[in-house]
Amino acid sequence: MTAALRVDTEVLRVSDLRVELAGQVEVLAEVSFGLTAGEIVGLVGESGSGKTTLATALLRHARQGARIVGGRIEVAGQAVLELEGEALRLARGGLVGYVAQDPATALNPALRVGALLHETLLAHQPGATRDELRQRIVETLLDVGLPDDKAFLRRFPHQLSGGQQQRVMLALAFVLRPRLIVLDEPTTALDVTTQAHVLETLKRLCRGHGVAALYVTHDLAVVRDLVDRVLVMYAGRLVEMAGREALFVRPAHPYTRALLAAIPDIARRQPLQAIAGHAPAPGQRPVGCAFAPRCPRRRSECLVVEPALLAHDGIHQVACLVPHQEPVTLTDTVSEAAAPVPEGEAVLLEVRDLDVAYDRQVLFDVSLQVGQGECLALVGESGSGKTSLARAIAGLGENVQGHLRYAGEPLAFSARRRDARLRHQIQYVFQNPYRALNPRQTVLQTLSAPLAHFFGVRGNEARRRVEAVLERVSLSTRVAHLYPHSLSGGERQRVAIARALICEPRLLVCDEITSALDVSVQASILALLRRLQGQGLTLLFVTHDLGVVRAIADRVLVLRQGRVVEQGTTEQVLGQPADPYTRTLVAHSPSLIDAGQT
Amino acid sequence: MHEPPLRSPRAPAWLAWFIGRLGYGLLTAWVISLVVFIATQALPSDPARVILGPDAPIESILTLQRQLGLDQPILVQYLRWLGAALRGDLGISLDSQVPVADLLFGRLGHTLALLAGVLALVVPLALVLGVNLALRRDRPLDRWGLSTLILFKATPSFLLAIGLVLLFSMPGMGWLPAVSILDPQQPLWRQLHYLVLPVIALGLSALPYLTRMVRASMIEALESDYVIAARLRGIPERRIVWRHTLPNALTPAIQGVALTLRTLVGGALLAEVIFSYPGIGTALNAAIQVRDLPMIQGIVLVITLAVVLINLLADLFTVLLTPKLRTARRVKMIRRNRRGLRPWWRRVRSAPAQEATHD
Repeated sequence: MTAALRVDTEVLRVSDLRVELAGQVEVLAEVSFGLTAGEIVGLVGESGSGKTTLATALLRHARQGARIVGGRIEVAGQAVLELEGEALRLARGGLVGYVAQDPATALNPALRVGALLHETLLAHQPGATRDELRQRIVETLLDVGLPDDKAFLRRFPHQLSGGQQQRVMLALAFVLRPRLIVLDEPTTALDVTTQAHVLETLKRLCRGHGVAALYVTHDLAVVRDLVDRVLVMYAGRLVEMAGREALFVRPAHPYTRALLAAIPDIARRQPLQAIAGHAPAPGQRPVGCAFAPRCPRRRSECLVVEPALLAHDGIHQVACLVPHQEPVTLTDTVSEAAAPVPEGEAVLLEVRDLDVAYDRQVLFDVSLQVGQGECLALVGESGSGKTSLARAIAGLGENVQGHLRYAGEPLAFSARRRDARLRHQIQYVFQNPYRALNPRQTVLQTLSAPLAHFFGVRGNEARRRVEAVLERVSLSTRVAHLYPHSLSGGERQRVAIARALICEPRLLVCDEITSALDVSVQASILALLRRLQGQGLTLLFVTHDLGVVRAIADRVLVLRQGRVVEQGTTEQVLGQPADPYTRTLVAHSPSLIDAGQT
Repeated sequence: MHEPPLRSPRAPAWLAWFIGRLGYGLLTAWVISLVVFIATQALPSDPARVILGPDAPIESILTLQRQLGLDQPILVQYLRWLGAALRGDLGISLDSQVPVADLLFGRLGHTLALLAGVLALVVPLALVLGVNLALRRDRPLDRWGLSTLILFKATPSFLLAIGLVLLFSMPGMGWLPAVSILDPQQPLWRQLHYLVLPVIALGLSALPYLTRMVRASMIEALESDYVIAARLRGIPERRIVWRHTLPNALTPAIQGVALTLRTLVGGALLAEVIFSYPGIGTALNAAIQVRDLPMIQGIVLVITLAVVLINLLADLFTVLLTPKLRTARRVKMIRRNRRGLRPWWRRVRSAPAQEATHD
């Protein structure tokens, strides 16, 4: 099975790992794989697939309520699951390093960078002298691309940028020279440019020190240039395991294909395909193949026989009764050209010389136009002012100056001072669907409040309209009587969109509405927005993901540090970016398609 | 004043904030002096009549009015009073004909000694108990500990105090004096045994609140990502608790301590009465009973100023213990500030300005 790999350098061997929640509810089962020194392996799956559980299990850690109940994990010959007490403490960090998802919360706000590195080394090498410690810290900081001077070591985490914070996390892992390093979505919270640099550093470190790495992510495009192999996980089991080339060119499992088809790509505009249905929750695994209910290739035996992970082609393994054989076709062609907006004609929203300030000024002389029925994407990295701009347009901004015109009339800056007749026409959808819905109200209550407020509609008529709007966002009418906590992230975001739609808006401002969601769910939300746009809705879409821009936007406006650096049609801006900043953004955006671009 | 170390030639970043905050503290103090003055002296009811009672002859009232300066215009009265107060002269007590300041500062010293005792007892105890309960969350010790604390909380504090007196000072087991009448001829530190029972009584009523606060913020900090990350880096558990978790859990506890102090400064009355301890609470009580106007003004002023000071110190400690606040620099002014900035009443912050982390 591992014939193609050099068995003698194997660093990690996991066999038959099983993790359960209380009451023997299975989270993870039958997981077996290995990693060799210097190898970087991607672990991919939707949220809830058990990928983070697997990642932390390698350090013999399970989140509260979960328990590792079976299997064997060997790292460099040590059986990690059998370690206890002091031996376990030394193995954590010393043998297996861990880099958490969000460096902003994973670094202690009360400890300086130098203190963190120092105590980490001392915890594992209590006998080390000052000079040894100092030398190792300096070496590691240079390794991860951070300054090594005293001033930097005296900084607190909040005084670092997001990229620097994640480099500190890398340094904390690498300073101990572990044999294996586990990274849990380490770049999800970072901008594309920073992400590209961090990934590059990681690759250099693993290769240079011969450290094996397991990189957990939900986005295959991110790891495409990083990994040697990919493990695909679904409902707590590995469903496919393949070398990078094989996986991206000739994925065999229908789930892997569906994941790939759901990723919006900067290089091509293609209809994104969401994966229908949900992954089964822990404990609700169906008989047979867990993916069968969502699988387009399902046969009757799939519902009965559970496929095992079997050799497909060399080291390529797949757990499917009817795996795909043919390569996927990723077309590089831009399929549809967006209709250019007729200049000057039906301009719905016009922004001229907009300035916004909080403690400091965040927007400088921003001007833009949004045509009736088009989708304008506001693109920029964090801190570029894109959310401030969106909020100012929606009437939620403070300290705004400049000129806003809506449908030919001047528009007030504060939503309170806008005409009630106009107010319902501009609606806002928030980034995080987990916080945007009132947890004490059912979906019906949430959705009927704006009806009563704007249109005075109550009772049966309100119920009828709520059901109609739920249908419009492809939710079942049963959802009306549920509370937000019993909905998934994608469903919540649909409810949030429905809350905007029920106000009969003409302009919908969407603030990063897919960034908290899985790629497959994102695809379905983007498809929904496309459909709504087809029905005449105008969209202002704030995002940092150029792939999403390609999938949905007609025109793009690039913001950098509060100023517009470039705007134009999507093809123009993403195809032939004129501004150097846009060019870096485009170059660093992960893509599934080779070359072609800078 | 010593020279600042050469390493940091600049003033610490929080200093500007602190000076501003101090300014607001002084402003509050001034407003308080105004309120105290108006409430006691400037309201339509005649203090002289209040002091002398309804049956006093008109001549005595007029004499007293002259003595108190009540025949002057109200503004003159206030400025005179404020000027004297600033010089530390709070007037002469009508009851004992001794300067109010002398009386007051003796009493204040006693109250401060009591508070210091309570702090020295409660803060370490609350930290140790809170941390240990948090580490044994939902285990039997935690449940029993919490229930006991709630029992103390639910018991009225005078009952606790009387209970203590019964326990320790009954005939036959007179370990500690039942009453704490201090000998004014001796310095306080020679009669510390009189402080023990009042301190324990007040401490027991303050302990449950603080312990529960420390426990809750410890639990929150123990579940944070940075603690999990530290565990997965192989940091020893002791260090995780005391170095990684506790400093982050302290901030809410500081505000808790401040709240306890604020209630104690003016509200130690019950314990003072039960133990006959000569603190500020009993002094105020006595002054009100005999309508000793300058004394009432002085005590109320001191209590309110103490509350302002406690708040200021609590905020200062919070800022000093939170690196993010301590190191925050005032952000640079905006290119254009002719309008569109926050109005002044919204610019007031309880902490230094932070960089906006906005998209």
